[in-house]
Amino acid sequence: MAEEKKEFWRWTESNWKNPDLDWEDAKLITVGIDVGSVSSQAVIMADGELMAYGNMRTGSDSPDSAGNAFNFAMQALEGMREERIDYCIGTGYGRVNVPFADRSITEIACHARGANYIYGPQVRTVLDVGGQDIKAIQCDEKGKVTNFLMNDKCAAGTGRGMEVLADLLGVSVNEVGDRSFNVKEEPKAVSSTCVVYAKSEATGLLRKGWTIEEVLAAYCRAMAERIYSVIERVGVVPEFAVTGGMAKNRGVMDRLMPMVGLERMKTKWDTQIAGAAGAALFGHALCQKGKGRRK
Amino acid sequence: MITAGIDCGAKSTKAVILKDGKIIGKGRVLTGFDQDKAVKDSLEEACKAAGITEKDIEKIGGTGSGKNSIKGAVIVNDIKAMARAARFFFTGARTAVDVGAEEARAAKLDEKGNAVDFAINEKCAAGAGSFIEAMSRALETPLEEMGPLALTSDSEIPMNAQCAIFAESEVVGLIHARTAKKDISRAIHDSIASRIVSMIRRIGVNEEVVMLGGMAYNPGFVNAMKTQLNIEKVQIPDDPEFGAAVGAAVAAGE
Repeated sequence: MAEEKKEFWRWTESNWKNPDLDWEDAKLITVGIDVGSVSSQAVIMADGELMAYGNMRTGSDSPDSAGNAFNFAMQALEGMREERIDYCIGTGYGRVNVPFADRSITEIACHARGANYIYGPQVRTVLDVGGQDIKAIQCDEKGKVTNFLMNDKCAAGTGRGMEVLADLLGVSVNEVGDRSFNVKEEPKAVSSTCVVYAKSEATGLLRKGWTIEEVLAAYCRAMAERIYSVIERVGVVPEFAVTGGMAKNRGVMDRLMPMVGLERMKTKWDTQIAGAAGAALFGHALCQKGKGRRK
Repeated sequence: MITAGIDCGAKSTKAVILKDGKIIGKGRVLTGFDQDKAVKDSLEEACKAAGITEKDIEKIGGTGSGKNSIKGAVIVNDIKAMARAARFFFTGARTAVDVGAEEARAAKLDEKGNAVDFAINEKCAAGAGSFIEAMSRALETPLEEMGPLALTSDSEIPMNAQCAIFAESEVVGLIHARTAKKDISRAIHDSIASRIVSMIRRIGVNEEVVMLGGMAYNPGFVNAMKTQLNIEKVQIPDDPEFGAAVGAAVAAGE
């Protein structure tokens, strides 16, 4: 029974340092902290360029999670002193619980601004699928929000829903995407998207003789449909970009994009850091205007 | 005349034997993986309790989410089964509510007991019994203690999350914040009741209100329902969980 304890939902935490930038040369260092319901990120920028980040799971305590993500990013930047930081902005679900932040900005604004940075100024529609919500945001060439819609009522189609499904089927969340395409024939989406009901519906399908891959495919499709219903209400203006952890799951993304009818933009950056990157950029802009003063 | 009613539900399968308008036997088993077996076992149990054999049964009515796997049964839709059951137990029934593990239903009944309007939730666990079950795991409290625990609370705290998956994290957060278990339990019951009441309001609340389904055993839920429906009394039969099976047995004999 030890196998049952395996944490299939666990995705890869990471930190990173930009080898082309040296913190000692930076004039202005700003930090963005995005405390989400499931994951937390810290991005450190030098003069508005990404210098380092840390991406990890949110714990039961928001202030601790903010600190942990920050320390994780600082670890990547060996030796930088905290006093060098000019400004820090908190964002995300737990943004008011970032004890060392100078101010907080909503995650909608930060995601649009961050997507503008990590995907480029051509982005007009940003889909963010995070741990606990689905956001469809329209923005201008500067990354300023012009319209948005959010669904945070239901776990279906969110990262948390995907984690629960991975655990339920005993498939590592990192493998869900690839395995869901390992089917002879693509099944229809499951009828109920409710993650709680998936527990009985998925076992029912397995009982009928479905393979795990077919069940994964049916759920990935249902999640894609659910996500599409949010995008559809806001409307899609190209270019289209996806942020958040779900952008890494091709099981959902490759089923979603034909519904959208567009290619999604590509990026070299980690899609989970968009919110924190946007926050750090807002900090940079405030400091440049002389409005950013450390508390 | 002897009829049987079988309600093959998401969580458990119930069978009832009716003889000349009286319940003479009941059987209940967990549905588990094998619906056919659950149907067979529940009927066997009910026959044994009634002291009859399956051959004595003239007609069988089948209902519930697994009704199509009940062989040789007259299929009775869930709303009809609920309406017949409410009328069987309480002739003054005007609103029938059935809250099970994965579904919640409400029907408006006319003076003859026929359903004239209904509302149903089968899409979201936030408005069905599974919600309490998921929360009992998060709260590490046995399911059957959840309702009585909620009754001991005198403090109203809000639950922000609607989805059961998100509510689980919220409950964990509340535990970390050292919120009393009884208050969390009450918040859980208030939250599910508010969603079911808003569903019932779509068809209107008319007394007498009859509650069926496994959730009617839960005193915390029943109390929250009474408060939110703003009525003094809800009618609950002795074995509310057998409601749909009784309704199916009544309908099969018509």
